[in-house]
Amino acid sequence: MSLHLATRNGTPATSDVQRKSPLAIRGLTVSYGQKPAVFSVDMTVVRGSMTAIIGPNGAGKSTLLKAALGILKPLAGMTTVFGDPVSGARDRIAYVPQRASVDWDFPTRVIDVVLMGLYPKLGLLGRVRKTHREQAMACLERVGMQDFASRQIGQLSGGQQQRVFLARALVQDADLYLLDEPFAGVDAATEKAIIIVLKSLRDAGKTVVAVHHDLSTVTEYFDHVFMINTRRIAEGTVEDAFTSENLQHTYGGRLGVAQTEQLSGTLG
Amino acid sequence: MIGAEFVSLSLPPVIIGICVAVACALPGNFLVLRRQALIGDAISHVVLPGIVVAFLLTGAVSTWPMLLGAAGAAVLAVAAIETIRRLGRIEPGAAMGVVFTTMFAGGVLLLEQSDTSSVHLDVEHALYGNLESLIWLDASGWGSLLDPVALAGLPVELLRMAATLAGVILFIFIFWRPLKISTFDEGFAQTMGMKTGALGLALVIVSAIAAVAAFDAVGSIIVIAMFICPPAAARMMTNRLERQVAWSVLFAVSAAIAGYVIAGYGPVWMGFAASVSAAGMIATLSGVILGLAAALGPHRKRGSPA
Repeated sequence: MSLHLATRNGTPATSDVQRKSPLAIRGLTVSYGQKPAVFSVDMTVVRGSMTAIIGPNGAGKSTLLKAALGILKPLAGMTTVFGDPVSGARDRIAYVPQRASVDWDFPTRVIDVVLMGLYPKLGLLGRVRKTHREQAMACLERVGMQDFASRQIGQLSGGQQQRVFLARALVQDADLYLLDEPFAGVDAATEKAIIIVLKSLRDAGKTVVAVHHDLSTVTEYFDHVFMINTRRIAEGTVEDAFTSENLQHTYGGRLGVAQTEQLSGTLG
Repeated sequence: MIGAEFVSLSLPPVIIGICVAVACALPGNFLVLRRQALIGDAISHVVLPGIVVAFLLTGAVSTWPMLLGAAGAAVLAVAAIETIRRLGRIEPGAAMGVVFTTMFAGGVLLLEQSDTSSVHLDVEHALYGNLESLIWLDASGWGSLLDPVALAGLPVELLRMAATLAGVILFIFIFWRPLKISTFDEGFAQTMGMKTGALGLALVIVSAIAAVAAFDAVGSIIVIAMFICPPAAARMMTNRLERQVAWSVLFAVSAAIAGYVIAGYGPVWMGFAASVSAAGMIATLSGVILGLAAALGPHRKRGSPA
């Protein structure tokens, strides 16, 4: 059944594609209580794509990412990253959590947060050397935050905090970037800066998957889309899957027909 | 004061006080940042019934059964807190509050009902300990610090607290990075393969060991104070974790030394006849330090410049 679902976007759903997929999820089910938050979801992310995970509030978008990464324990299902179990592919994954998920009063500086991305390389007691600091600074520069390296993180605006999180993911030098609502509550300049970085990652052959809220920017920012409302609704290129019909299925009555047609019509 | 009498009467309690203060303040930094500071409070209360039960079973005030009883009570309390939190779906602070007050009260009742009149085990002891009684009779002056025979007579509590402190320092030193990142961003730490659940449990266990080891010597008041006051005061002195931990150690040591001296000599200086409890004074001073840091600390406000 999963094979059939995966063919919906027209790409061949051979086991080879799955095997090489940067992120392949099968039958993932997660529940917080009685009701499942994510039910039997399959997902096959295309290598080198920029994929938006969209769906209404409470549809299980963030839950899907967290369960795939092992942050939440799923009831069922399995995830592979480039064909390997997640535990064997940690160094190929960079994760940007929701900004609101951490305490920004934590006593640390911007540069220290970015250096956290190097902890697996540093080990428990390895010294932070000049090259590590230079790597961290280079990543801060890519997101335009190099002048804030010594600031305490609590002094930053929401957009600046989001850029620091992105810099920490960049320093991980991964092949798969998973971002949870990277554009939530950020200013326009930050949104632009982030999308430029994400597109440069894709152009460098990396794969980007982001939980995304703003339907009006899907066609502009992403090339693939994954639509979820507890269950998987559709998956494929933005052209094929981001249709009025699929939006209706995903959002139910929450979006008017005219609205969904307008959104999918932005494809031109 | 700085003579033979000082070495045998004051030096051991001061050093024990310092060891206790630092051993509790170090893990306290992470507990406070994780909003788990009450854990120290809970543990230091729940060890009382464990110690009383150990006394009732063995009929003697001996160290190992009591430490085991205390550790058993701490484990039981952690399990009860988790159970109540999950079944009742309430916040951990509330679950802790219910468990530790109940177990402490049970311990007090047990203590009053049991025949402990012949031994030094009472509620006052449980709260304030007997820091002043931990003296070194074999010492005849500073030279005794180099005399193996005299050193063998050091209070066993001193050696136990020093060993506990060494263990706490080692734990924090080795697991500094995992502790830091899992305290700040647990989800991210998990994606890097860190076992954050096990690490959090290890932190609680290390705190429990410090609390139990300290309890016998200094009682629960000082333990509760040291888990919270020095780290909380230190947080308001700096915006960097490394410096916060250093400040917390400085505050803990200051409170231990000054508290002991003021308790012993303060009342006399003020014209009163007797001295007051050193543990109580040390705990009070740590609270005063916290008050000063909250009023004057350079980083007492959120988002203040680094």
